[in-house]
Amino acid sequence: MIQAAGTHTDAVSLTVFVVFFLAVTVIGFFAARWRRADDALHLDEWGLGGRGFGTVVSWFLLGGDLYTAYTFIAVPALVYGVGAAGFYAVPYTIIAWPLVFLFLPRLWSVARSKGYVTLADFARGRYGSRYLALAVALTGILATMPYIALQLVGIQAVLDTMGVGGSSGFAKDLPLLIAFAVLAAYTYSSGLRAPALIAFVKDTLVYIVVIVAVIYIPIRLGGYGHIFHDAATALAQKNPATGKARGSLVSGPKAQWAYATLALGSAMALFMYPHSATGVLASKDRNTVRRNLAIMPAYSLMLGLLSLLGFMALSAGIGKGVKGYNAQLAVPQLFQQMFPSWFAGVAFAAIGIGALVPAAIMSIAAANLFTRNVYREFVRPAATPAQETRVAKIVSLVVKLGALGFVLGIDKQFSINLQLLGGIWILQTFPAIVGGLFGWGKHSSRWFHRWALLAGWAAGMAYGTYMAYGVTAAGKPHSHFGGSAANIPVIGQIGYIGVTAFVLNLAVAVVLTLVLRLAKTPDTPDETTPADYLLEDTPLAAPRTPEVAALP
Amino acid sequence: MAESAPPPGPSSTPLPVITPTRIVCAILLAAPFVALLWVNSYAALTPAFIGIPFFYWYQLMWVVLSAVLTGISYLLIRREEAARKAQSAELTGDAR
Repeated sequence: MIQAAGTHTDAVSLTVFVVFFLAVTVIGFFAARWRRADDALHLDEWGLGGRGFGTVVSWFLLGGDLYTAYTFIAVPALVYGVGAAGFYAVPYTIIAWPLVFLFLPRLWSVARSKGYVTLADFARGRYGSRYLALAVALTGILATMPYIALQLVGIQAVLDTMGVGGSSGFAKDLPLLIAFAVLAAYTYSSGLRAPALIAFVKDTLVYIVVIVAVIYIPIRLGGYGHIFHDAATALAQKNPATGKARGSLVSGPKAQWAYATLALGSAMALFMYPHSATGVLASKDRNTVRRNLAIMPAYSLMLGLLSLLGFMALSAGIGKGVKGYNAQLAVPQLFQQMFPSWFAGVAFAAIGIGALVPAAIMSIAAANLFTRNVYREFVRPAATPAQETRVAKIVSLVVKLGALGFVLGIDKQFSINLQLLGGIWILQTFPAIVGGLFGWGKHSSRWFHRWALLAGWAAGMAYGTYMAYGVTAAGKPHSHFGGSAANIPVIGQIGYIGVTAFVLNLAVAVVLTLVLRLAKTPDTPDETTPADYLLEDTPLAAPRTPEVAALP
Repeated sequence: MAESAPPPGPSSTPLPVITPTRIVCAILLAAPFVALLWVNSYAALTPAFIGIPFFYWYQLMWVVLSAVLTGISYLLIRREEAARKAQSAELTGDAR
């Protein structure tokens, strides 16, 4: 019965799904008229929604942005696959909020004060280095591309479960192509306002589905005690290829370093991603940012409950005995098996729309980076705001097409591996950004030297990529990029490669900064002042487009 | 947070960079890190809660705890920044 899932189309589920999809499409196009500004051609309008989102909109936007469809699919899928080790996503999202509480208000203030649209803009202004900014921008774009591709993987899992699409090549991909064309069109016309409005629908649906799922499914399966008992049995089964148990219900002594470093590294990386920064910079004022960080944990709770679905899928026997079962299908198939058709349709819509919101914001963020830190910096320094906006809109289309090509043309596993690598990469921009947000000494000046940061970044990127290349997938001895944990030198435990690379990065940056100081290397000007980091709301006579001074 | 103190006036002592409020906030914000990154402290199946092993409900409980702690920090910092701003305005005679 379960194996047959996905081979026939459930008309009720599909109808509900399509109705929701059409509704958000209308909202997406309507968003262009929402709070329209006088100067609609400014990049602040298209790329940051006019920088005017209040607490409620920002909360939905950030939640819709960070807790993606892929998260809904992949986190329970990981728990389904290995048990406790997959639960690291919960401590990760818990510690992320107190961590970013320390520096995001300062980031918001300096960005508003100086008109920065991207994190790379900040690196450029703080350190006076266009090359450091380029490094931050390219890392951001590289890390975002596979992330967008994974949103498509999320939609695909839902479409597969509903049995949508023909069996042959083109007909099979057609629903995905349609969904993406619609997404691209309203992102192009409405910019960040589209995902901001759609996020309301997405998050409302997700909360309803999760609450119903964690109450209704355990009742049907005989309670949590029963679920965990079944899950323990399933996880204890040995993999014939490796002879090891599939997973465990608690993190064993050898897995605890990996658990903790994955949680910490992911939390540090979270707001280095361009789409997260875009969500924060679109807030109206500094207090909105702070207040939001204090109420964001509601999403962490949802994610925690959601990951329990992995155990429910084990208990319900989803995918049991299927050779080479795709764990990504565990949650959609659990919904299909447990819920009445109409509610399964609602759940599928939640996941599908959950893919559209982050995909839109990610493509906008990548487009902002390209436009500000590559196009305007290196191609056309005299670009007007209207030209910037036009370039950004076109780039957002190109980025999405690239992601689509990834999913349709290349092995899906490749985009998952690349996304893991992207997390390691994006963490390497942490010293430049967070190090730059804090002032040192009497004048609150930057501490790191720009060349030292660039060298540290390069060292972290190279080490992280090399180590990840050496990780083999379970049961495939000659594969590469099979995971993101490896032996930590000196400590001798298995840990997240991103954190090891980050420590190396930081060490290089600190040592080289000291050396360059001693050598009295000439420094470039810092365009920020201590007051910029404390700005509470929009300055009365702020220059909307700061003049671009030529940099060496 | 190494925020610069307002310029010292002749008749008043400005709030220092490190204040009791900030120390309290630092502890509140650091608590979830210590609790959750020390994995061995909660890697156990029992005691279970409504059938959910300790490992899971303990971490889910920290979602709520951490939110409360971050919320308290937000309120404390907002109160102190208002005081800081009032003092700064008094010292410089500037309303902003």
